[in-house]
Amino acid sequence: MAISRRSLMFTTALAGTSAVALAACGTDSGSGGSSDGGGSAGGSGEAVFANTTEPENPLIPTHTSEVGGGRIINAIFAGLVYYTADGKVENDVAESIESEDKQTWTVKLKADQKFSDGTPVTAKSFVDAWNFGANTANAQKGQSFFEPIEGFDVVSAKTATADQTLSGLTVVDDSTFTVKLVSAQSDFPQRLGYSAYSPLPESAIGDIETFGESPVGNGPYTLESWTHDSEIVLVPNEEYAGPRAAKNSGLTFTIYADNDTMYNDLLSGSVDVIDAIPGSSLQTFEDELGERAVNAPGAVFQSFTIPQSDPNFSGEAGKLRRQALSRAINRKEICDQLFFGTRTPATDFVAPVIPGGGATDIPGGEVLQFDEAKAKELWAQAEAIAPFSGEFTLSYNADGPHKDWVEAVCNSLANVLGITATPQPFPAFGAFREQITGRQLKGAFRSGWQADYPSAYNFLAPLYSTAAADGNGSNDGDYKNPEFDALLAEGQSAPDQDAAIEKYKAAEAVLMADLPAIPLWYQNSIGGYSDLVSDVEFGWDTVPLYYAITK
Amino acid sequence: MIWYIGRRLLQMIPVFLGATLLIYLLAFYAGGDPIQAIMGDKPLSPAVQEQLRAQYNLDKPVLVQWLIFIGNVVTGNLGVGFNGRPIVDQILAAFPVTIKLAIIAVIVETVLGITAGVLAGLKKGSIYDTGLLLVSLIVIAVPTFVIGFVAQFFLGVKFQIFPVNVGRDPSWFNLLLPGFVLGIVSFAYVLRLTRTSVAEVATADHVRTATAKGLSRGGVTMKHILRNSLIPVVTYIGADLGALMGGAIVTENIFNIRGIGSLLYDAIQKSESPMIVAIVTIMVMIFLVANLVVDLLYAALDPRIRYAK
Repeated sequence: MAISRRSLMFTTALAGTSAVALAACGTDSGSGGSSDGGGSAGGSGEAVFANTTEPENPLIPTHTSEVGGGRIINAIFAGLVYYTADGKVENDVAESIESEDKQTWTVKLKADQKFSDGTPVTAKSFVDAWNFGANTANAQKGQSFFEPIEGFDVVSAKTATADQTLSGLTVVDDSTFTVKLVSAQSDFPQRLGYSAYSPLPESAIGDIETFGESPVGNGPYTLESWTHDSEIVLVPNEEYAGPRAAKNSGLTFTIYADNDTMYNDLLSGSVDVIDAIPGSSLQTFEDELGERAVNAPGAVFQSFTIPQSDPNFSGEAGKLRRQALSRAINRKEICDQLFFGTRTPATDFVAPVIPGGGATDIPGGEVLQFDEAKAKELWAQAEAIAPFSGEFTLSYNADGPHKDWVEAVCNSLANVLGITATPQPFPAFGAFREQITGRQLKGAFRSGWQADYPSAYNFLAPLYSTAAADGNGSNDGDYKNPEFDALLAEGQSAPDQDAAIEKYKAAEAVLMADLPAIPLWYQNSIGGYSDLVSDVEFGWDTVPLYYAITK
Repeated sequence: MIWYIGRRLLQMIPVFLGATLLIYLLAFYAGGDPIQAIMGDKPLSPAVQEQLRAQYNLDKPVLVQWLIFIGNVVTGNLGVGFNGRPIVDQILAAFPVTIKLAIIAVIVETVLGITAGVLAGLKKGSIYDTGLLLVSLIVIAVPTFVIGFVAQFFLGVKFQIFPVNVGRDPSWFNLLLPGFVLGIVSFAYVLRLTRTSVAEVATADHVRTATAKGLSRGGVTMKHILRNSLIPVVTYIGADLGALMGGAIVTENIFNIRGIGSLLYDAIQKSESPMIVAIVTIMVMIFLVANLVVDLLYAALDPRIRYAK
């Protein structure tokens, strides 16, 4: 009995294995990419396959603050303006956005704009969406984008009720609304291309949960299907008549958990466009992909912050010490050796793809140049005023790709200055941020910024202004300098962008002297594409301009 | 026997409670503030943070959070995850994929491992035996993720026999390579265990007697050698299920399989306690049940073993 049962088990299992092996022989000719399916969109040709990560939240514009969901939102919604590849601002839904005093803005919409369900895009679509996003009762992650609008303090209070609205927003007629800001802000129109400022159809506000799973937008694409953790299929939106009209027959986003898989998929032809390269292929991807490799500066700035409260780094000695550290880091060598040229050494505080960014003419900017002798000299001067106590630590979260460069920076500091510089890892990003926001972290910590909209102001105000200090923003080092704040405010009320940039550069000069954070490098846009697609261009925000890709 | 099974099943209740509490505490104290992980570099206003905290019960003490979780398990509704989707739905979507993967891995491990082990054990010292030992040694020495990437590169990218990325379509065929990679290390251990055991039993007195009685070679192998050599192997396979589930995290990430392993990995990164605890608890339960099955198999394999009431 026992013996027959077991032998039976053996034969069936083995037969099963051989059947699978046969299946393997039968299908290997068809597994080169055509087996992926999904490209069922109308129009000519197959859909463009691209990579993404699973959106961390439902697809609601004001609730999406990460790239995985952001690229989908940008494809299925059209805001008042959009950004060209080089960070220029062009009108999308807006006909005009004008202001006399840079504080009260009048927005006029183009005529006959529609959502993909056929309902019209009106001034109310924007005002309702913004009111929804700003209200604490809705707990939207993009809430802070509405901060500049008058009345934000009321709707963002803990006690806010769902029916409260921003007093600064007024609907004039179907195609016009006005926005009153709390102060003059010349770069306000530049911000409006960010996905949080998208309009919402009337049906959304009533049932936001259903909407988040199957959003209805007014952008170049509509959401065809979203298979969680697997793929997101977009097809061109017939109702869209704006400047970003789709030049392909659809987009199929494959959700990847791992960059190595993604890169191998590109090599095997199963994905057309990817906007990240795994660490293991950084050295080789430009050789392997040739002209189809993308490597250009992007809008991500990396630095490390030293809190103002650190006794070693405050006062006159602290200032000298910050300069000494900055001088002692060989940025170029780390960018070349460790990142294989996929990062660009920083010359200022603003990424180079941003108008006015990547400047090399900031007064005091030479402090970012590697100079061993000068570094030693500055450190010695600081020691003469007040001796360094304790040891220098640089904290980072070990669940991100930071270990290598933190160690390289610490080695650079130790070798040049002869001090003990210790990397200090935290196991998880959450624990790391908790220490920083609780102001419990001693010593320096890694910091970085990815711009929300292409303006130099966005790289400066959220990180170093007094208003963003003490837990009210991302000024985690609590840097406060009235001179810097004043220059930013002057930039905000400047008559045009060039004048504003001059002010921002002057503000950067203040930062160069004080070094609230030590700039390290800008992260490049890296990625690649298959030989099936052309017209692949990466935007200022390191995300490809999907609508322009042809296949 | 029934009594034995009943008692073992009852024992799982305290293990379940203990395991969930332990994992809850671990996730709570090691992971940091989940709200910070949700926010990223860009802070949320204190009011919104408070709102989110209340929404996910993060404003309550850890023991209360655990009790809420246990209550939710009883009602079968684990609430909504950080991404706004019901946790139960997410687990149910991921589970069939991992089960498929595990079935392939277990088949590779047991069927191939035992077959190869028996052959090697019977022909001890032959070229075949030496060859298999060498192969198993290499497989054990090389980490799973290296085997995974090498297999993916050659079979997926170079020769395009198997898909590189399984995420879109986790069919049996597409999961074949990942399942093989997942099971391959255990395959090597099972092979070695079976080989040693078979070689030892093959020279035992009762086998010589059986052969002398004139039983066929196949009959002797199946009934007298294999059956008696399987106990250590079955014990190993039961214990190995845990390693298999851990290995699934690595394998699923390499082949972009959206199963339990990658779900757990994401949850750990986000310090999403209810999700982590739910998944690990399911794993603990599977492990316990599998080991109960292993214990019951002992009696089937060796009639001398009886279960106490």
